[in-house]
Amino acid sequence: MKFLVCISNVPDTTTKITFTPDNKEFNKAGVQFVINPWDEYALTRAIELKEAAGSGTVTVLNVGEADTEPNIRKALAIGADDAIRVNAAPQDAYFVAEQIAAIAKEGAYDVILMGKESIDYNGFQVHGMVGEMLGIPTVAPAMKLDMSGNTATLEREIEGGKEIVTVNTPFVASCQQPMCEPRIPNMRGIMTARTKPLKVVPAVGEPARTQVTEFALPPKKQGVKLIPAETAGDLIKLLRNEAKVI
Amino acid sequence: MSVLVVVECADGEVKKSSLEVASYGAEVAAMLGTTATAIAVGEATEANLATLGEQGITKVLYDAEPRLKDFVNNAYTKLIATAAEQEQAKIIILANSNIGAAVGSRLSVRLKASLATNVVELPKLNGDQFVVRRGAFSGKAFSDVVLSGDRKIIAVKKNSTEAKHEAGKTAEVASFSAQLSDTDFADAPSQVVMQDQAGGILLPEADRVVSGGRGMKGPENWNLIEDLAKALGAATACSKPVSDVDWRPHHEHVGQTGITVSPNLYIACGISGAIQHLAGVNSSKVIVVINKDPEAPFFKAADYGIVGDVFDVLPKLTAAVKELG
Repeated sequence: MKFLVCISNVPDTTTKITFTPDNKEFNKAGVQFVINPWDEYALTRAIELKEAAGSGTVTVLNVGEADTEPNIRKALAIGADDAIRVNAAPQDAYFVAEQIAAIAKEGAYDVILMGKESIDYNGFQVHGMVGEMLGIPTVAPAMKLDMSGNTATLEREIEGGKEIVTVNTPFVASCQQPMCEPRIPNMRGIMTARTKPLKVVPAVGEPARTQVTEFALPPKKQGVKLIPAETAGDLIKLLRNEAKVI
Repeated sequence: MSVLVVVECADGEVKKSSLEVASYGAEVAAMLGTTATAIAVGEATEANLATLGEQGITKVLYDAEPRLKDFVNNAYTKLIATAAEQEQAKIIILANSNIGAAVGSRLSVRLKASLATNVVELPKLNGDQFVVRRGAFSGKAFSDVVLSGDRKIIAVKKNSTEAKHEAGKTAEVASFSAQLSDTDFADAPSQVVMQDQAGGILLPEADRVVSGGRGMKGPENWNLIEDLAKALGAATACSKPVSDVDWRPHHEHVGQTGITVSPNLYIACGISGAIQHLAGVNSSKVIVVINKDPEAPFFKAADYGIVGDVFDVLPKLTAAVKELG
């Protein structure tokens, strides 16, 4: 079984988001980048399934410039066998999906996994685009993934419940908790990751279909109105008469 | 050309998020000088679909194929693509739900359309430019995005726009068939399992949310959260540490790596307010924080606050709501 795990390079979850003075770009100064947390589920589950089967490969794929390589090496340290970096800034979901689809087709991967969405762009789009480009099923967002031969059984989250879906390879799934407990690299993994193959390839396909023109931050709160704990019930009156939300 | 709105139904009713999407679609149609047609998916009744006229929908297409009752990605994609071609729709609008995002992303490739998800406002038309504002950085920011090309797909974030109701207006319900075959249902679910929702209120669509953190001290104390939620007609939620230790299920986890919600009222009980949690709730209209630590960072993001013990405060709030009647 050949697994292709797509990871993106995103600001750490504790990052305070700021922009350049013209609000045109995210301000990267002093920001630590990590593997997108949702992608960690995809990566760990692929490694677990490969280990359980006793054979197969896990290839990690990133669309990004050279500064994403530390996180690609981290994915190799967690247990991926090799890596591919498409040397281009990820312009939009469509552009990224084109790169993934091209590599998935060329390498004849059986299972293409990624996180539900990236925590910076929050597109939740790439999985479906890749599936459609390749003409194969997509299961998104998947909370559980088990494989038996070429057949996968997945739990797909729907609003208020879940669906059990069975598909044959090849397929695409976007992953989220509680699929597995994401692994962290150990020392041996970190040592071996240095010599694992990391191939850099140029981008392909058509240009992006969307373009970000400006960023904005949410409006600041006016300040908190405190109600004494002894007369907590007064809060409810304020919510009805002042805030008018109940 | 027209605007095509995808309306999700369950148990015969149009989902609340789809009423919002229908209103949004009607307003976009008015901006462009055209009409809004809906394509219904899921289990619907003709009478309920006709009421989409109240949201400004002119015509509703409905394919009565019984296998469309549950979500099937390929079948829904083909259904909506066929409707879009028939209506010559240049703009397709869906809810930013698990269904909307799954179908919207496939449709964008099939129909060669540009796609924006998580959209929070009506589009702006700047000359030839079609610009939408969407949530980014998991609730910490917004980005304005230009959608290029002839066709555009917009997935609207839940609770970010209000559903209009013009009583008495009805939409024409037209039967429609996308000529779906067995192969379109190859990825149909073998089983659908619904959770027991507190009071039947789904967290992503809820107007009011009562949420608990580690300050609740254990799952056995959640009755305090549930009692207040029930009195308010609210959904229940929790912070990441709470779902990580399995006090509550993962689908209740609100935050940067859980779900982001934007209810009218969010009440946080015993949650300190880590930046990852705030990201998930900061588009709520009114935030109430109850915490015994006056230094809890959440108070800085709150509209109302009570410095006190949740075990003392929550029963008082529940009683006060019941008194209001």
